[in-house]
Amino acid sequence: MNQKKIGLYIHIPFCKKKCYYCDFPSYSGMDDYWEAYIDALASELIQKADEFQNPHVETVFIGGGTPSLIPAMCISKILDTVYSHYTVSTDCECTIECNPGTLTGDKLKAYKDHGVNRLSIGLQACQDEILKKLGRIHTCEDFLFSLELARKHEFDNINADIIFSIPYQTFAHWQETISLIISLDLAHVSCYSLLIEDNTVYGKMKKEGIIKEADDELDRKMYHYAVDSLNAAGLYQYEISNFAKPHLRCRHNMNYWRRGEYLGVGAGAHSHYNKRRFANISDISMYIKGVNSRSLILSEDSYLSRENELEESIFLGLRLNEGIDLNKLSKEFGIDLERKNKKKLEHLTLQGFVEQEGSIVKLTKKGMDLANAIIVELI
Amino acid sequence: MGLERQKRIRNFCIIAHIDHGKSTLADRLLEKTGVLTSREMDAQVLDNMDIERERGITIKAQAVRMIYKASDGVEYILNLIDTPGHVDFNYEVSRSIAACEGAVLVVDASQGIEAQTLANVYLAVEHNLEIMPVINKIDLPSARPDEIIQEIEDVIGIEAQGAPQISAKNGINIESVLEGIVKTIPAPAGDEDEPLRALVFDSYYDAYKGVVAYIRVKEGKAQLGDTIRMMHTGKEFVVTEIGYLRPGGLIPSDSLLAGEVGYLCASIKNVKDCRVGETITNASNPAKDPLPGYKKAVPMVFCGIYPADGSKYGDLRDSLEKLQLNDASLMFEPETSKALGFGFRCGFLGLLHMEIIQERLEREYNLDLITTAPSVIYKILKTNGEIIELDNPTNMPDPTLIESMEEPVVNATIMTPTEFVGNIMELCQERRGTYLGMEYLEETRAILKYEIPLNEIIYDFFDALKSRTKGYASLDYEFKGYKESNLVKLDIRMNNEVVDALSFIIHADKAYSRGRRMAEKLKETIPRQMFEIPIQACIGNKIIARETVKAYRKDVLAKCYGGDISRKRKLLEKQKEGKKRMRQVGSVEVPQEAFMSVLKLDT
Repeated sequence: MNQKKIGLYIHIPFCKKKCYYCDFPSYSGMDDYWEAYIDALASELIQKADEFQNPHVETVFIGGGTPSLIPAMCISKILDTVYSHYTVSTDCECTIECNPGTLTGDKLKAYKDHGVNRLSIGLQACQDEILKKLGRIHTCEDFLFSLELARKHEFDNINADIIFSIPYQTFAHWQETISLIISLDLAHVSCYSLLIEDNTVYGKMKKEGIIKEADDELDRKMYHYAVDSLNAAGLYQYEISNFAKPHLRCRHNMNYWRRGEYLGVGAGAHSHYNKRRFANISDISMYIKGVNSRSLILSEDSYLSRENELEESIFLGLRLNEGIDLNKLSKEFGIDLERKNKKKLEHLTLQGFVEQEGSIVKLTKKGMDLANAIIVELI
Repeated sequence: MGLERQKRIRNFCIIAHIDHGKSTLADRLLEKTGVLTSREMDAQVLDNMDIERERGITIKAQAVRMIYKASDGVEYILNLIDTPGHVDFNYEVSRSIAACEGAVLVVDASQGIEAQTLANVYLAVEHNLEIMPVINKIDLPSARPDEIIQEIEDVIGIEAQGAPQISAKNGINIESVLEGIVKTIPAPAGDEDEPLRALVFDSYYDAYKGVVAYIRVKEGKAQLGDTIRMMHTGKEFVVTEIGYLRPGGLIPSDSLLAGEVGYLCASIKNVKDCRVGETITNASNPAKDPLPGYKKAVPMVFCGIYPADGSKYGDLRDSLEKLQLNDASLMFEPETSKALGFGFRCGFLGLLHMEIIQERLEREYNLDLITTAPSVIYKILKTNGEIIELDNPTNMPDPTLIESMEEPVVNATIMTPTEFVGNIMELCQERRGTYLGMEYLEETRAILKYEIPLNEIIYDFFDALKSRTKGYASLDYEFKGYKESNLVKLDIRMNNEVVDALSFIIHADKAYSRGRRMAEKLKETIPRQMFEIPIQACIGNKIIARETVKAYRKDVLAKCYGGDISRKRKLLEKQKEGKKRMRQVGSVEVPQEAFMSVLKLDT
């Protein structure tokens, strides 16, 4: 049987404390659920392997929440389940998200023993006062300690997450963070502009006027500084918010942006399989009950029309520095995209927002600032 | 025989200011005469349209027949003809009045006579109608009937001491109104053996019957099967149905005789063939002359109407055609705007008429519209001697080709409590008004008369008047003529392209401040885009105001992972939807609100 190649996402929705800006399904103070949740995850993994005919797993991503918060044996159990019920590629990229302050040598050893070969560690900022204001539980020192520990346990493919446009964060703060990151010789950096979502602590504070979003000028100044500095340091931008050393891009995330298929297990996890996008319910106890009674509720389930697929290809593809190949997409979707968008592309090129080489269309640096507006022109 | 029959008929209308209780009184009369039981009555039966009920105004004339057994023991037929109550529909009012022998003048016991009421009373007096005053809202604490009676006598010059003092709302003294109608309003005259002359005072289109004409037979008789002739158009039709009117319906009969009010249908396909004011006669025994006073309603106010969604152009056309079936004074022709695409240039009797048509298109026909600033007809004398009439600013010739321009002016009558006289004078001054005079009605109320250019009236004058007089002043105006004026065309350029739909003609002295306010307003309503957008107000090539919409710096989803692609796609789709609702002007996307926001800059 011709097995499908997929990414596997495993969600651990637990945190010691929820960060003020976080709008991901993640909960603190639910330690009592850990065991039942891990059991449910294992069950769901088995159910999905069955339901989707044992697909070929190319990447595994254990995200959160804070996966490094829960006992190492929980992670071991999950990965054991993956190995025993899925065909896992020999060069599988297997990432786990960690937060400083939760990582220990034992945990790292267990991860290593179970095939984890990539770590993604949340730093966000290198000033402790800013970390505190973000609601993070760790200091910059903690991060450096975790990093050193990880390297001691022979993890070399490591990503750090950093954030800009944080309220109170100055350009000097940001320069400091970037310099630190560069000095650490990491394989990968994810660098996000903070978006204050309504349903977060920050969202509430924004509504009450306690904090406000950084203005666009500063936001872009920070972004451009990061792009230029990281590129110069050999961490090459390959997606709007992602930078990596050559050959060390995050394959799991690349699969998202290239519209590959993936299965998500756990509360609130999203899947894309067979032209269908669906997501599990994010409430933990309902998730556990659902899995155990084999009646898991989906919070979203939609089939993609050809139009949806094309839109996705354009909007996801343009986020990547490699851009989109109009010829390839035209063939795939049976419409002449080059002709259809000729005028718009010419206009956008003239304004310096996109560049076109043959049938490849990419956003320029200027274009990335206005990616949405440009994508909307083209979808 | 004819005389005996006619003695028992009374044809009357009710004249009242908005809110003075015309519809409520009409309802009470219907209830009292048993045409409707109070249970059957949906409040204010005569106002059929939602808009009429909501705004408390009558747009279309209505008529209804009541039987009333008076205190003298005789049964009378009372025909009430309800008239539109607004200056825009002046002509219709005059036709309704021409169909009656008397008018019940309803005056609010606290507020007194208002400008429009007065204008209509004068119309009625002109048509030799007997005026019967009625003092309404007598039960309100602020009622001052004696003073109001005095005011009526002083201002109109009619006897008002015996006027019934009533509360239509609470049903007080309604009987005295009915008795008053029988006693004071004369019975109709007119020989039923003369050739037929019937006045059309309203008409509407019915999908099955064709045009239903509301008529008052002045002389002669009309019967089922008669071939009738429209004396002004010369067109002939065969009567297929004839009869009397009841609220919301028709009572078919065989004929209508001199003095009677009713309706007839004759397979008439278009209200234009049976306009208000037309005289119907019998084709085989025609009258010599039509009834006096016929004129075609002439549109005075124009604007462009465009569908917000360009694909709804066909729907808009169909809807306008349907409205025109019932409204011969609505005019429209296709027009194209670079900014707004395909739409229609529409002509209206006045501002209210325009608002009502727009509202009906949006509500009854479910259309989302963009309208351009209202315009009037300007007369332009070109240097080559040619004279053109201009109702669309876009078509204004180059200034070098213009010798002179004229604009329509009106005589405006404003009634107001004296405390607001200063405010009103100031407003009229701002609107280029020429003071004609002022009269005191009584110590606390005055009538101000001004000559004002119509283009100043149509530009939110009502709103300004209302806000500067706390809603107490009332306005009436009539067309006076054309006057030479120093007019210029003001254009708005966005990113150096003229937005045709925003051009308008304005007096040179006011162009600068209007241009500046428009540019400011547009800056507020036009969202930032990928590039900087200069907004300029210009007269010809001269820039008189400039604002800049800065380019936006950032529009990007920072985070796009975790696999939740659908949500992001939907966000972008929403953004795309929003973009679709924008109008493309050159490379600039202009939201609909921007076009509408400049229509009311003062309020």
